[in-house]
Amino acid sequence: MTDRREFKLPDVGEGLTEADIVTWRVKPGDPVTVNQTIVDIETAKAVVELPSPWDGVVAELLVDEGQTVDVGTPIIAVDTAAAGSPAPAPAAAGPAPAAPATGDSGTSAPSGGERQPVLVGYGVKSGSSKRRPRKTTPMVPAPAATAASGTPTAPAPATATPVKYGPTAPTVRVKNGGGRALAKPPVRKLARDLGVDLSQLSGSGPAGSITRDDIQRAADHPDAFSPSNEKVTTDSGTTAAGLATAGATEVAGAREADGDGGISRTHEASGAGVAGGTRVAGGTLEAGGAREVGGAREERIPVRGVRRATAQAVAGSAFTAPHVTEFLEVDVTGTMAAVAQVRTLPEFDGVRVSPLLFVAQALLVAARRHPMINSSWDEQAQEIVVKHYVNLGFAAATDRGLLVPNIKDAQALSLPALARAFADLTATARAGRCSPAELTGGTMTITNVGVFGVDAGTPILTPGEAAILAFGRIREAPWVHDGQLAVRQVTTLSLSFDHRIVDGELGSAVLRDVGQMLEDPVRMLAWA
Amino acid sequence: MSVETGGSSAAEELMPTAPAAAAGLAPAAGAAEELIQLLTPEGQRIRHSDYPLDVSARELQGLYRDLVLVRRVDTEAVGLQRQGELGLWASLLGQEAAQVGSGRALSPQDMAFPSYREHGVAWCRGVSPLKLLELFRGVSNGGWDPAEHKFHLYTIVIGSQTLHATGYAMGVQRDGLTGGSTNGDSANGDGANGDGANGNGSEAVIAYFGDGATSQGDVSEAFNWAAVNNAPIVFFCQNNQWAISEPFERQSRVPIYQRSRGFGFPGLRVDGNDVLACLAVTRQALKAAREGQGPTLIEAFTYRMGAHTTTDDPTRYRVAAELEAWKLRDPIERVKAYLLRSGAAEAGFIDEVDAEADQLGRWLRDACRAMPDPAPLSMFEHVYAGPQPILDGERDAYAAYLDSFADTAAPPPEPDDDEAQPAQPAVAQAFARGGEEL
Repeated sequence: MTDRREFKLPDVGEGLTEADIVTWRVKPGDPVTVNQTIVDIETAKAVVELPSPWDGVVAELLVDEGQTVDVGTPIIAVDTAAAGSPAPAPAAAGPAPAAPATGDSGTSAPSGGERQPVLVGYGVKSGSSKRRPRKTTPMVPAPAATAASGTPTAPAPATATPVKYGPTAPTVRVKNGGGRALAKPPVRKLARDLGVDLSQLSGSGPAGSITRDDIQRAADHPDAFSPSNEKVTTDSGTTAAGLATAGATEVAGAREADGDGGISRTHEASGAGVAGGTRVAGGTLEAGGAREVGGAREERIPVRGVRRATAQAVAGSAFTAPHVTEFLEVDVTGTMAAVAQVRTLPEFDGVRVSPLLFVAQALLVAARRHPMINSSWDEQAQEIVVKHYVNLGFAAATDRGLLVPNIKDAQALSLPALARAFADLTATARAGRCSPAELTGGTMTITNVGVFGVDAGTPILTPGEAAILAFGRIREAPWVHDGQLAVRQVTTLSLSFDHRIVDGELGSAVLRDVGQMLEDPVRMLAWA
Repeated sequence: MSVETGGSSAAEELMPTAPAAAAGLAPAAGAAEELIQLLTPEGQRIRHSDYPLDVSARELQGLYRDLVLVRRVDTEAVGLQRQGELGLWASLLGQEAAQVGSGRALSPQDMAFPSYREHGVAWCRGVSPLKLLELFRGVSNGGWDPAEHKFHLYTIVIGSQTLHATGYAMGVQRDGLTGGSTNGDSANGDGANGDGANGNGSEAVIAYFGDGATSQGDVSEAFNWAAVNNAPIVFFCQNNQWAISEPFERQSRVPIYQRSRGFGFPGLRVDGNDVLACLAVTRQALKAAREGQGPTLIEAFTYRMGAHTTTDDPTRYRVAAELEAWKLRDPIERVKAYLLRSGAAEAGFIDEVDAEADQLGRWLRDACRAMPDPAPLSMFEHVYAGPQPILDGERDAYAAYLDSFADTAAPPPEPDDDEAQPAQPAVAQAFARGGEEL
């Protein structure tokens, strides 16, 4: 016998209405015990682990990772009979679904599209909560006055009440004839963001003021809407839940992507692993999406979390630090041989040794020879801060987006320790467990765009750093070696630097040094 | 190395000193030396001449049991919140020793003023954990009878309870309930007779607050007023290092315990993860208060191992390494180590307590889910003692509103399990076993 119970997403943070499902820790068929962590969710406030309320066996995961779920939505079904716990009452789900309002009295029925006012913030998302059906509406401020239906409303309940304590909202709908339309500042901003002209609207709020709903309706039905045709409210149930603010942000993101999108920033988290200095370019995604989504020519994707942080960081960096990027093609056959040799050393047992490790080491040596490359610009103090330590950042593509953790005091690490630090931090980043300290305080960054199969890019500086080195794919190419044409292993290095601090001469010297060390790793020893 | 080792026998000098054990706590310069510790994180007993605490095996077992059960109440409550059964919970994880140690130092007649995290003190005062859950589930407007338990209601406003407590202590003083204690009780006040016998019913007051509260004017006012009036009060500050996301170094230039000197009364810093030190130091401070020697500030140096509340995400502002370091100073592990090493308890006892904790957890869970929702109109009942026209009008309006729904009945209760009110197991009464352990 099975006894299936559904666990509904609780409000874990005092008034939250939704959460993102980050990671399921169980799968169907897994036994679970009370208080065993079953899922990680991310709310506006925190990433939290949810524990199972029951003993049993997971019957079904009802929502997918990455999905944003309203509070109250069943997210997992657990067969509790399997655990031999006492049978509960039949698991009829939740409150009865809101029955359609009787007759036409539904003047007040907020067809799920109505925004619910709350104390703080912009309120509950459209359609995110079910409301109980109402009898008739002595208490409801109701657009009853404007309801077209002639159906008489049911008689008011005998208990009808002193009106003075009921909500007193006037049902006036005043068209803003002249003068400035009444609207609160956030509403004005929303109108501006959505390109809605306030003067063309009739407000449904108190004293004829324009509400967010009015704006939303106008934006959703630009054609249907006109001052004389405001009763499109019933359509609002079909409005896309994606909020206007998200849309606006997305536009900004796309614009920014067009502006600085180099080769290195066109990849979508391809699961390709290792490091890559990239993020999703809004434009690319949109184009791809349009092809797949039948009918829709555009798709709007809200900008959230890591993506938003990435967008802010790269945009901030690109527009404050004047970037210069230089390129150098290098014969890394020697480095590849050295990598192979190092892998056989006992010190590197169990550690992944990659060409990236040599690139990192070369950059560290170059920074020692040219300290100014490892510095930052202090705009406020009008000073250049030269760092005598290197917190070496590396771009890591993770499921949650681009992260740039950094290895503290990398200059002081032995090569095996550096290799281990890379491996550990990459794993931590992939697991989404980087601490804030690991993600801040970097001084230089390397990014391996080679793993995406490209040669070069114009990497954007990590904010507050003066240099970032991109390392391209290693390919076999015809190359003049010792006066002969030979097939050699070749890669391209791209170094972006903050031109306020680093002149072309210094930048070139650093890039040249790194290149020479990769051509002949023995130089690394000589210069170290 | 300013901690004196009681007497000066060679054996005692070989004991690890407090500073050594506290190394790494890294408070402001020089402060580590003044940390009072009787049990190291490794479970070694330290002698301290000022606090010659002598606990019997049975008392030690009682403290251990308190610590474990209180932690279990806490973890269960966090789980319940995550499952949507509680609106909120402020976890005490890591602060069990500070609360149990000080809570067990109280005599039945002493009055305690908690903030909102003192679940361990509530336990010691005989307040059922269910009462706490009711509060955080939102099905009760108050909680418990403060007079019955001599434990005031939780205070959410930061630091204001220090003023309430000071005023209460001054009342105690004016009632003539302090100062007369000239009985022959031993200075350490330890042993089975404990403090209950101390002071012929003389009364003292203890106020609990956190490091964050010390930034509030209320706390400074309370310090000053208590000092000026020589009020019989102990200010017990659990410095858990974080005021939500604000670290202590951004709260104060001087260690908290030194602050009382400016107001004219003594301050002490105790290892807040050491239940024995908290017990001994609080006992002595309460005794001084009862004897008319005025207030004492105790800074229990501890760490909030969990989030500020279930709404908080500490990984956003503090590093994992800090948490790891404090895990090594766990308040329970050291007692367990000492119990087993000193032979004060067998392994069987540990298992017994664990089993008891499991039972307690299950009971709490079932009882919490079975809590009936209060009738919506009941919120009007205790606002005024008698009828009041405006309130009556509001109640009627609300009743009409409730009646306006088509699906007359209130929304069906959660299809949640749990037949009837779960039977109270014996352990449910555990909290009520109050101070008799000590």
